[in-house]
Amino acid sequence: MITLEVNGKKYEVEVNPDVPLLWVIREQLGLTGTKYGCGVAQCGSCTVHIDGKAQKSCQVKVKDAQGRKITTIEGIPDDHPVIKAWLSGNVPQCGYCQPGQVMTAIALLDEKPRPGDNDIDDHMSGVLCRCGTYQRIRRAIHKASAMIAAEGKQERRNPEQDKPKKKKTGSKKSKKSQKTKKTKKTKKTKTKGEQQ
Amino acid sequence: MNGIINMTRRDFLRTGVLLGGGLVLGFSLSPQRSSGETTTQSAHPFAPNAFIRVAPDETVTIIINKSEMGQGVYTALPMLIAEELSVDWKKVRIEAAPVAPEYNHTEWGNMQGTGGSSSIRSSWIQFRKAGAAARVMLITAAADLWQVEPQTCRAKRGFVINDATHKRLSYGQLVEKAALLTPPKDVELKQPEYFTVIGKPMRRVDARDKTNGKAVFGIDVKVPGMLTAIVARPPVFGGRVKSFNAEKTGAVPGVKAVVEIDSGIAVVADSFWSAKTGRDALEIQWDENTLSLPDTESLRKQYTGLAATEGAIARKEGDAVKAFSQAAKQISAGYEVPYLAHAPMETLNCCVDLSADRCDIWTGTQMQTADRDAAARATGLPHEQVKIHTTFLGGGFGRRANPWSDFVVEAVNVAKAVQRPVKTMWTREDDIKGGYYRPMWRDQISAGLDAEGKLISWQHTIVGQSIIAGTPFEQMLIRNGIDATSVEGAEDIPYSIDNILVSLHTTKIGVPVQWWRSVGHSHTAFVVETFIDEAAHAAGKNPYEFRSGLLTKYPRHKAVLELAAQKAGWGEQLKAGHGQGLAVHKAFSTYVAQVAEVSVDGNGAVRVHKVVCAVDCGRVVNPDIAKAQIESGIVFGLSAALFGTITFSNGRVDQNNFYDYPLLRMKDMPEIEVHIVKSEEQPTGVGEPGVPPVAPAVANAVFAVTGMRMRQLPMTPDIISGAAKKPHT
Repeated sequence: MITLEVNGKKYEVEVNPDVPLLWVIREQLGLTGTKYGCGVAQCGSCTVHIDGKAQKSCQVKVKDAQGRKITTIEGIPDDHPVIKAWLSGNVPQCGYCQPGQVMTAIALLDEKPRPGDNDIDDHMSGVLCRCGTYQRIRRAIHKASAMIAAEGKQERRNPEQDKPKKKKTGSKKSKKSQKTKKTKKTKKTKTKGEQQ
Repeated sequence: MNGIINMTRRDFLRTGVLLGGGLVLGFSLSPQRSSGETTTQSAHPFAPNAFIRVAPDETVTIIINKSEMGQGVYTALPMLIAEELSVDWKKVRIEAAPVAPEYNHTEWGNMQGTGGSSSIRSSWIQFRKAGAAARVMLITAAADLWQVEPQTCRAKRGFVINDATHKRLSYGQLVEKAALLTPPKDVELKQPEYFTVIGKPMRRVDARDKTNGKAVFGIDVKVPGMLTAIVARPPVFGGRVKSFNAEKTGAVPGVKAVVEIDSGIAVVADSFWSAKTGRDALEIQWDENTLSLPDTESLRKQYTGLAATEGAIARKEGDAVKAFSQAAKQISAGYEVPYLAHAPMETLNCCVDLSADRCDIWTGTQMQTADRDAAARATGLPHEQVKIHTTFLGGGFGRRANPWSDFVVEAVNVAKAVQRPVKTMWTREDDIKGGYYRPMWRDQISAGLDAEGKLISWQHTIVGQSIIAGTPFEQMLIRNGIDATSVEGAEDIPYSIDNILVSLHTTKIGVPVQWWRSVGHSHTAFVVETFIDEAAHAAGKNPYEFRSGLLTKYPRHKAVLELAAQKAGWGEQLKAGHGQGLAVHKAFSTYVAQVAEVSVDGNGAVRVHKVVCAVDCGRVVNPDIAKAQIESGIVFGLSAALFGTITFSNGRVDQNNFYDYPLLRMKDMPEIEVHIVKSEEQPTGVGEPGVPPVAPAVANAVFAVTGMRMRQLPMTPDIISGAAKKPHT
């Protein structure tokens, strides 16, 4: 029996411990946003976060993912700045690689909140897009970066917004506070990961 | 309109079954609905035609008969209906059409399908008329209720409004009444000056689900009780199973069955990994006794020999041979481009649930009718008992339009053998080695110039396989022994030359070939546009001015050429070590010119810094999607220009996966600028026409930097350093 923690949820799966995590996520857990593209770490469609770091799940044996915090595309909230930047830039075409692109971009921004084009080249070149959406991905990463920076400023100005206030109705404000919470959550996960 | 909800798999499967299997994928554009919610059918919808259903709850379901493979048809085609029907975009749902005659392609005969950059062009009137008919009926229904003249009423965003009385009724309220009316025989369409939707860069309706991972592709389909199959196919095309030993495979946990089918040995298991591990453990003796095993080196020799002789005539004007012999200056060159795999990011797959009287097929396909018919033949079921459920396609590029329905028939055969719902999946290696490639081509070309540098002779011989021979498209596309797709872009060159001879040798090689994004243009544009560049240099003229001077009869070519040159700053000072090249080409009735800026490093590696592109595709329905498609075509073309090649050694494909069949990556990505010519002409395609000009534009830029002519793709460092030693023949 393998125990996995995916998107904050615990799963127990009966599976061959040597199976790549990718297939367990897709077939056992039914989280099909993580895609198969090559099986040999060449395309990045299968990228997930393990302890906050982007990893190609086709290369991780499921037994090695035990005790670690796994995040798949399904664990990324729809109001995440990267998702929002992707939508406003009309990035996807066939869309198959995009979850892997998004997961890789989020990990990049966690590590380098203000990436330059060279950083984007370095981090994103492991994820193939046959439709060639790279230019839009690059722009969306810059945009998400700016959004995150703006949120950070907002956060510093209104630290009390961080405190959970349930049933807040002012839609704009509550959205922002949610965002802040989520950003913090991701960071927290990462810190934990680094400690391990 | 930024919400899009997929039904969950279970839901859509259930709905599909309940509704008779017609509807695979239904999603609402309304962000309010939760993703788990089943999109149920209203009891009495108003369905004026096959493309629209309006329900009492105000939802407008638009049924799309084209496959969404990234090109944006799920957004652009509904825009055509929305323009005429005036809907509240948030109330729109999209459904993939089942196979039925009313969903046939308007230009392909009795066939539903997606390809040839034809979706907008071929649906432009059909979809607008569908929307207009629905509008007329809803207005008539309201006018009847109010007892006023229909002319006094108008439709706006889901309501019919009478301005005199200020009365309004929603479409949902009018459904019952409208459903009783007879659809009008003909309807008047909006005049373009009143368009409010067409021409707007509306966001893709599928963007959210494709970004957050909810979009359901074929590979994501799950049917209760489903197994997964992986097939061991022969190492050479035309090979057969001689004998096999599945003992080790049977010992792999999770493997349920090993079955021999027409195309090889299928290992069926409870998961992908078990099936793959099981397949790897198979011991198979193959019968490789095929007529001749393809080998790239011998093909090169064979093709070169053929290219030296005249083939079947595709175009003949004047006497090109004589004019060449009298020319003051003669140039000639041989070109070669390799076989190419489509390599969509989603590898092929197909899920089949077969019972005694029904066959349900879930797959991302570009050719629904052909697949249904092939499945009917394979199962022995009547056509109407075979249901095709079209999912999102994780890329198509032509591969998912297989005239023999290879990946569907194989999956049906597996399901037949195991009598369980089964999803047959292809690994990346299966995909790369699986055939149906863009053919390898060998071209021989020569040109003669007179003493003033005027082009007086053009002779072009093409050698390669026909992708059309043996397909249902043969009657339409092969005339007098010439496959139109082999010579497109070569026999119709726009340049004014008095003496032209274009001929074709169609070879028969045991390699399955197929259309590959931009089809024949993917090689002819490279040859024609690099050679015309060479002719310009031979004439001592600027390649831009040389082309422009020869385009007197083709103003749309000329206009895009001028626009691209102007936007790219053609001829202006560039960074040291950089060079520019240009190309102009018409494909699928769309005119495209590109200027590439490149540099070449000491090892011969080409770096493409920028591509400026001008496009004339007639009236544009969604300019942002059109731009995205052109960007996409450029990247697709660059992967082929710089990296792509499929070669054979003793009948075996040499490549395996992305490490030896590389695609362009972020680090290789140039800046791309797309400029669309404002036009009121009929809309034409954008999915493919961005591909052809980029290889020649880059090759011409490499010449500008290095003085070396590129006559071979891909332009790898080896070829570039080798090209330096070759004389220009």
